[in-house]
Amino acid sequence: MESLLINLSGLAAIALTLWWFWLAPKRNTLQAVGADEKLEILVKDGVYEPDRICVPAGTETVLHFRREDASPCAEWVLFPDLEVSAQLAVDQVTDVTLPAADAGEYPFHCQMQMYRGALVVE
Amino acid sequence: MSDTPSASPQTFRLRGVSCAGCVRKIEAALSDVAGVEEARVNLGDKTLVVDGEVAAEDCVEAVESAGYGAELVQANARELRDQQREEEQDHYRQLLWRAGIALGLGVPLMAWGLITGEMGVNSPFQQMAWGAVGLLTLAVLVLCGGHFYTGAWRALRHHSATMDTLVALGTGAAWLFSMLVVVLPQVLPESARHVYFEASAMIIGLINLGQAMEVRARGKTSAAVEKLLELQDPTARVLRDGEEVDIPIEQVQTGDRLRVRPGEKIPVDGRVIEGESLVDESMLTGEPVPVKKAEGDGLSAGTLNKNGSLLFEAEKVGADTRLSQIIEMVKNAQSSRVPIARLADTISAIFVPTVMIIAVVAALVWYNWGPDPQIAHMLVVLTSVLIIACPCALGLATPMSVMVGVGKGAENGVLVRNGKALQQATDLDTLVVDKTGTLTEGAPKLTDIDSTGDTDELLQQLASLESQSEHPLAEAIVAAAKQKNLSLSAVNGFQAITAHGVSGEIDGKKILLGNRKLMQRESIDTGDWPAKAEALAEQGRTAMYAAVDGALAGIIAVADPIREDAKVAVNRLQQLGLRIEMLTGDNRATADAVAKQLGIEHVHADLLPEDKERIVADLQKGGAKVGMAGDGINDAPALARADVGFAIGAGTDVAIESADVTLMRSSLHGVADAVELSRATLRNIKQNLFGAFVYNTLGIPIAAGVLYPITGMLLSPVIAGAAMAFSSVTVVSNANRLRFFKPSHDSGNGNGGEQ
Repeated sequence: MESLLINLSGLAAIALTLWWFWLAPKRNTLQAVGADEKLEILVKDGVYEPDRICVPAGTETVLHFRREDASPCAEWVLFPDLEVSAQLAVDQVTDVTLPAADAGEYPFHCQMQMYRGALVVE
Repeated sequence: MSDTPSASPQTFRLRGVSCAGCVRKIEAALSDVAGVEEARVNLGDKTLVVDGEVAAEDCVEAVESAGYGAELVQANARELRDQQREEEQDHYRQLLWRAGIALGLGVPLMAWGLITGEMGVNSPFQQMAWGAVGLLTLAVLVLCGGHFYTGAWRALRHHSATMDTLVALGTGAAWLFSMLVVVLPQVLPESARHVYFEASAMIIGLINLGQAMEVRARGKTSAAVEKLLELQDPTARVLRDGEEVDIPIEQVQTGDRLRVRPGEKIPVDGRVIEGESLVDESMLTGEPVPVKKAEGDGLSAGTLNKNGSLLFEAEKVGADTRLSQIIEMVKNAQSSRVPIARLADTISAIFVPTVMIIAVVAALVWYNWGPDPQIAHMLVVLTSVLIIACPCALGLATPMSVMVGVGKGAENGVLVRNGKALQQATDLDTLVVDKTGTLTEGAPKLTDIDSTGDTDELLQQLASLESQSEHPLAEAIVAAAKQKNLSLSAVNGFQAITAHGVSGEIDGKKILLGNRKLMQRESIDTGDWPAKAEALAEQGRTAMYAAVDGALAGIIAVADPIREDAKVAVNRLQQLGLRIEMLTGDNRATADAVAKQLGIEHVHADLLPEDKERIVADLQKGGAKVGMAGDGINDAPALARADVGFAIGAGTDVAIESADVTLMRSSLHGVADAVELSRATLRNIKQNLFGAFVYNTLGIPIAAGVLYPITGMLLSPVIAGAAMAFSSVTVVSNANRLRFFKPSHDSGNGNGGEQ
């Protein structure tokens, strides 16, 4: 009985891990940025919030990152496809200017890829 | 600009402010803004300082509503950096405290376990005692490791898993199991009634300690940018109403007149209005010899004024100065991705959930097929696997090396655009070099003068004649005469004879200067001079015949001299395994002569500017990895076409923008430095990646217990914690080794290195 319970819990844990991290539809906090709007992205506890940002194609965009995590992981934000990166100051808002880009999805993350987000250009 | 209220005083630069009336209007407008405690306008500096918790935007709006313009003055990069440093220090101390507290509990508990061996719960007294320890451990976990749990929770809600997730799960599992042993020992077999509170506390302590060491080591990786930032003085001496006042550098505006005294740094880019001085530009150009600056000459921020006092007008300030642009470029490149890291990136993306699954599978294997006590073994394996896996080492492997490598490049006058260029520079096998301005000085000089009579007199006559000509070679002759302080005479009847030379009358004498055809046309006997002329041509010099009143008076030779260090640099590049190909618009004879002197075998002469790009493309088609070195002026397309374009001399802003690698120093040694540095950096990255891969691929199976049949022991979660904490420190420390990189040939001063 005990053995069955433990084995079932183990299998359930594996299934749950697979489902939650890879298969489940991600309810990202999507936020769209208008032409002259300001969007602040909170960098805290391993997560960008919002972590999915929608911007119009063909225009330069400025994102405002507020870093509230002093650990070195949060120090840099990189947009590898756009060749943009910025060093974020702790407890401050750092402006990151992104060049006009074609429609598509551009991931952004910290150096170690623990913090992750996506820029959706449409 | 921030739209969140800021408590510290904010400074704004004002536009359109001219009188005391404006001051009152602006101050009144701001007093109506909620949150403003005090607003002061400084008419002299045209600045506004606002105290109080107020958003910068609201202040700008208020100023604009009063009919003026305002712009927030951003704290300069150096101040930001200092702030950052302080934050880092605080964070470092905090981590040490956390580590100290957690280890303060973990070490005695572990010692108790090792000495007495009594970690089991077999009596009500032990239940009480361990219960108390459990609660104490919980307090320590929350106090010292609370951020791991909150981080894991937030990440989980976002369907993502981080290092925090692993730490939280590992320590959480150990604590929960121990508490189960304490509260309900009867549900477990006797052999499994063992507590692991010391493991939880030790792991949290060790990981905090590891992070503290990592913060320390990371600080050193950005040393290069710091050196560059230090070149920027925080204040400038500006002339206001005829008086010199010291103001913060951010308040300097274009058009301001500034004074720099001997020994001071130039604060912003500008142009000299008054005074003469030697300026040390080595930190930007790598040229060790100070440059003489006088009225009309440009000055760059960060360079050092040596001996005279200069008055100059600011042309570029703030982020527009060349120094700021260099710093920006270095910072950008430091955090760019390197293609080699792609595999590591893919792995990091799925790393944590994969490790979680492996941990559960391993635990189940131990439970079902392992020796007694299965439940305890299951827990140890689960915790150890979760804790030993280190996504950080993998994630940090490349960025840290790139950070140090690119910074080291900047210190040596090599500005790398991005990680991709850095990687491509490592496997170049061909280097295409533009002759003019790269192998040679780029400005022709008089090299030889030989005459039948007084050479100075002949030089004076020829220089006078050539002063009327616009030919590039003419400049060299005039310059040589000026250097000898010969005064030029008036020329009558100057004539430029196409493809032959020039003629004119000076002090009543008819002077001719040109090639042999000119002499033949004028029926002048050249005697045995042609042999001398040919000998000069073989050395790559352009020889011309001079005749005075119908008789040959001598020959004069002009050449674009080969750069002093070109031969050594070419040799060095060849030793690095690069095949050098020289490109030039010059004729074949001159080109061959230069190539021979430099030991270059492959020469492309008589080229038009557009041919250069074609040659690079042809070489690439042949399978070569081609680097191209040029001054970026007329070879921009070839620079862009090459796998790696090296812009030499950093003469133009265009070069900085378009080249993959910009060399601050006008020397081919820079290319060799860049290749050596990129190879060293890539080697470092490979070591790091290899280390991180090996660590994880060995560590995880060991934690899962594959060595148990041999050793009869499972890896302690505490050892797993220590290994994980120090694996990322090792990666950062290995990257820091790159700081000791030195080019194989020390050919000049680097960038900022002499501060």
